[in-house]
Order: sequence, then structure tokens, then C-alpha cells
Amino acid sequence: MSDPAVAALLELVTPLVNRRVGPYNGWNPVTRTQIWQWCMAMGDENPLYLDDDYRAANTDFTGAVAPPTMMQMWTMRAVNGDHGPGSTRQNPYEILAIMEQHGFAGVMAVSYDQTFHRYLQEGDQVHHYSTIIKISDLKTTGVGKGFFVTEKAEYMDQNNEVFAEALITYFQYQTPPKQPGAKKAAAPGKINRVHPVENQDTAHFWQGLRDGKLLIQRCTSCNTLRHPPQPMCEKCQSLQWDCIESTGQGSVYTFTVMHYPEIPPFDYPNTIVLVDLQEGVRIVSQLIDTKPGDVHIGMPVAMQIKEVQDGMSLPLFRPVQK
Amino acid sequence: MSAPHSSATLSRKAAIVGIGATEFSKDSGRTEMQLALEAVKAALDDAGLKGSDIDGMSSFSMDHNWENEILRQVGGKELKFFSRTEFGGGAACGPFVHAATAIASGLCNTVVIYRALNERSGLRFGAGQLFNTSPLDPNIINFSHYFPYGFMTPAAWIAFSARRYMHEFGATSEDFGRVAVAMRDFAATNPNAFFYQKPITLEQHQTSRMIADPLRLLDCCQESDGAVAFVVTSVERAKHLANIPAVIAGARQSIASTTRMMTPFYGESISGIPEFDACADDVYGMAGLSPADIDMACLYDHFSPWVLPQLEAFGFCKRGEAKDFVKDGHIGRGGKLPVNTHGGQLGEAYIHGMNGIAEAVRQIRGTSVNQVANVNHVLITAGAGVPTGAAILAKG
Repeated sequence: MSDPAVAALLELVTPLVNRRVGPYNGWNPVTRTQIWQWCMAMGDENPLYLDDDYRAANTDFTGAVAPPTMMQMWTMRAVNGDHGPGSTRQNPYEILAIMEQHGFAGVMAVSYDQTFHRYLQEGDQVHHYSTIIKISDLKTTGVGKGFFVTEKAEYMDQNNEVFAEALITYFQYQTPPKQPGAKKAAAPGKINRVHPVENQDTAHFWQGLRDGKLLIQRCTSCNTLRHPPQPMCEKCQSLQWDCIESTGQGSVYTFTVMHYPEIPPFDYPNTIVLVDLQEGVRIVSQLIDTKPGDVHIGMPVAMQIKEVQDGMSLPLFRPVQK
Repeated sequence: MSAPHSSATLSRKAAIVGIGATEFSKDSGRTEMQLALEAVKAALDDAGLKGSDIDGMSSFSMDHNWENEILRQVGGKELKFFSRTEFGGGAACGPFVHAATAIASGLCNTVVIYRALNERSGLRFGAGQLFNTSPLDPNIINFSHYFPYGFMTPAAWIAFSARRYMHEFGATSEDFGRVAVAMRDFAATNPNAFFYQKPITLEQHQTSRMIADPLRLLDCCQESDGAVAFVVTSVERAKHLANIPAVIAGARQSIASTTRMMTPFYGESISGIPEFDACADDVYGMAGLSPADIDMACLYDHFSPWVLPQLEAFGFCKRGEAKDFVKDGHIGRGGKLPVNTHGGQLGEAYIHGMNGIAEAVRQIRGTSVNQVANVNHVLITAGAGVPTGAAILAKG
């Protein structure tokens, strides 16, 4: 696309930036049944949400509390595009539609930042407003040329008080022209973790994990432990070895919190730890069941072997209180 | 120090007499083969030599261009010597060690060294790279202990060591930032740099997005397309050529017992760079020089945190004190050891360290855009966190 064409497109969409549209009303008030269904589907057992006794003893809430991440669900449109009664008919994504008509037909969500100001309780009635607040210059990325478009969504209750906000960035991009006779691309499959590749030196380690054990190699000549697995003892050069089963107890030797790039299928930020196992060897893993910033050198951790996907069991670590 | 300087026979026997490069970009628009040819031709022209003068070649194992293809197209007759060095950017010094050794032994007389890569428009290393998944490939056997957790970017691997360096020596993200600021300051006055006229402040570094904590965006080098090439010949032949020779005074490759490919997590300490600790004395010894003799350095700066332990390993300051050395301005413009006056990989381009070696040659010749006064000796290093090497170039 030539520069004048880009300029013409930007001339069309720029006046629509910062135009706040709404309200988009929810169909139903916040109810206990919907909260229950969400918690069941997500496996969220936080007692704050549905345990009345816990809530009465520990909080000032009077009814069931909605998990904040349900935010977007309350005003979700129906399959025909309708929002709840009284909603505006205006398309909040007019800018994206114009870009689509001008050849930028691909869209992907690239970031989703949420801010929560208060919890919702049963009985609350939700609506939201949408504003496109920013369009980038034409950018070139791995999927093609396009624009980063940022939407601000304000989620409000029946008193027009904002209880949550979201900043959502889309990449609206030029899809490559179709090659005559080109085969239709296969539907993208679910992206899985990279599967460990095993050879004769490492197969026992991965099989051990599938059997629910973290195995540490031990030289049967000098008893030195080693990890990752290798054929020869670096202390005494023996090729004879067996394994001991690790307790999975240890502490964080160092760590990183990965933010970018977001590699599927992982949740971000992704905390990676180098664990000093009690037995005296180190192992790399993910830290789970903790807030992203909640990690430090020396933090005591314990292992849990999880089958993260079919046929792949990994030793993951979580913080322990000491 | 390991064995006495048994390889001293290569010291001051060969010199870099030609340098050539393509432009550095995010999308070269041509093949790596063409990039390599353009850079090699430019290096030969710079040296005042022809393709038929070449009788040796050396490059990176990761380079996709075959020696025979280059030889034929640049009008060469035959190669008596060719070699490759493994381990990504760790290969940046190996070809010079090989070339000097081959020339000193009489195996050949004139070696072309090249590295060409479309690393930005092609396969990006920083994107979370995938390897061949055959169990016969040593890469995937090693990385199988990391990739299943999503631990698959160079920035994240380096972050493990950077975090330990902070923990052990009290360094902060700002200390890493000062390295980036110094590199970008040099890049800002280098028209060949991607970040020409784009200096950064420490505040911009501190507010740049987190990539892999503690590494921020501005701690990470850019990814680039481009090629750099060199002509190395005997010091006798160099006397008859136009350029001031950059003599290879000391050069060594280095692997330590704890070295791993990008994942050096299992040594007693992981906050330093044992490969450079191991080779520094040898490189100085071969050259007959000490840290005080070094006028400027071109250090491998794929990620800013690992510039600090390099300054320590090569004796410019004590262990853990590089943060103060940098804070006092010594690696920047006008400092006592200017580092990466081309802007480094953080500021100029990421050509696997080879663009830094070209800058070292310009400094010896006195032709850098950010020329340091009276340069006689320059230290160069190859990649950190991998099997690597280092060298000292001297004004011939």
C-alpha cells in the first residue's frame, strides 16, 4: 500500500479516535448462578466468591462476590450482535471496520491490560463504554503491515461508577494477497508446549516424570549426583550410574519473570526459576501458584509433578512457607 | 592461567588488512549469499586485493553460505584452508584465531572471514526459537530441559545470570542501563548505526518495557540483517598494502568446564563469565600486554548486563566493581576505556559481534567516526554465555 493510500485511510479513521461510545448494557444483573458457573468452569475455589460463612467472618460483603476477571462477561453481546436492552446501536469498532474495507482485513488481539477498582456483588447491574484512544503509525510485523489500535473499555455499575477498566490493543493488518491455486490454509491447531526430545542419555529422566518421580542421576562409582543427565560422571569418568528420587524440596537460586515475547501456550508473565534442590543439584522449572512479582532468591519451593498436556509431565515448583 | 603461552607462535604473524560490510537493516531484501558477497568484495577492495589473492576462508558454523560458492563468485582460484566455528556469536573471535594460526604455520597466506545473516527478516533468535526435533540434534536434547517451560529466549537465559550479579554485587537495573546509554550515545553519532541520532537517557531505559526481568527492552540488542567481512594476511604482505594493519597480537578461543550452550546454570557461581576469566591472562600474555595498555575495547554486548563481568574478567576493574567503573563514565565517550564506539550491538547492529571487530580495526587505523586518540591496542571479545574467544589487535 502506497503512502498516499495510508494517509487517506488515516484521514478517515483519525477523527473517530477518542470518540466514546455506549452504553452497552448487560442482559442480566450479577447473579450467584453465573458466578457459580464461572468458578466451576475455571476451577476457582476462592471462598470469597461463594462461601457465605467465610465472607461473613472475614469481609463486609453481604452477597456472593464475582471474580473480577468475569468483568467482560456481564456485557457480552449475543451471537446476533445485540447487547442488553437500552444499549446504543453504534458499532464501537467502526475504525477496525474501515481499516478492513481498505485491505487491513486481519485482526489479532495483542494485549489486554485490566484494572479492577472494586468487586461486583450479586444484584449489581453492569454496562460499559468503549473508546478507541490510539492508532499507531503503519508498522511491519511478522504477520504483515498494519496498525496497532488501542481500545479503552470502562465497566460501570448501576450508579455509573467505574469498577473496572481494560486497555485492549488490536493489530489490524494487511493479509497477504491470495496466490492463485494456493491451498486453503489448514485450520490452526492448538499450540502446545515444545515436547522434550529424548535420547538414550535422557529417556530415563522423562520416563521418571511420567511415572511421577523426579530422578537425579547418581554415579555408582563415586556417588556424585548430576543434573541434567549425561553419560559420564565429570568427577570420576565412570559410565555406570543409577538414580535417586528427589524430594522436590529446594530453594530459588535465581529467577526471571518473562514478559515478552508471549510465546503460546504459556500464561504471561511467566516466572522461570533455577532451583537448588535439597540433594545438591540445580534444575530449571516454572514457578506456579504465585503472583508474578512474588519470587526472590532463597525462596523455599516444593515440587509438584503435573501432566501439563497429553504425555508430558513436568516438575513444577510452588512457594512453601517455612 | 592455563599452559604457558604455547600458542604465542601466532602472535603478530597476521593482520587484518581489509574490512567490508553491507548496510545494517531490519530487512535486507536480498539473500544471505548476496550479503556475504557484497561484504567480501568490499573487504577485498578495502585491502587492495583481488579474489585470486585469497587462499583461505573462515566463518561461523551458523553461517549459511558455503566457501566454494563465495570463492567462485569473487573470482578466487583455490582454497588451501577453511574452517568454521560453532556456538552463535561465540564464534566471533574463533575465525581470527584460525586465520592467524593457518598463516603463522604457512598453511595459507590470505584468509577471508565473513558473517552474513538475515536474522531480523528471517529466523529471529529472540522469538522463542525452535530447533530440529530429531533426537540426533544436540541442541534439542539440551534445550528440552528449558523449552517445555517456555524458557526459550536468549534474554530470559541471560536474566538468570544478571539476577545473580545483582544479588551478589548489589548492582541494579540502572547499572545495566548505563551500559545501554553509553552504547546508544556512540550510535547516535555513527551514520551506519540503526540508532543513529537516537540517543537514550537512563530514565528512558528505566521506563522501557520489561522483557525478562531484570532485562528491559533497552538492555537487549536489536535484531538485524547484514554482513561483515575481513581480509587477514601475513604481516609481511600487509607491509605492501595501503591500510594500517591491525595486527593480531593475541587471540584465543575459550571453553571452561562449566560452559554450556546459552544455559550456563550449573557452575558454582553463574554471575561471571568463566570463559573470559580463563582466557584473559593468555590473551594478554601472547600480546605481551596488560590491561593498562588497552586503549579501547569492542566487547560483545548482545545484552547490557554481560558487559559488566567482561570488564572484570579482563582486569579493567575488580570483581563486582564494574558497575562503579561504568558509573564513573569510563566506558563512554571520553572515558579511560571507551567501549564499542560504533554503538555496539545495542546501538549499531547485531551481526554476531563482527561489526564490533570492524570498529576495532577502524580505531587502529584512526578512521572511526568516534575516534579515540592514540589507539595502539584494542581488546575484542566474542559472545558471552557460550563457548567463545577474545583477541587483542595492535597497530602495525
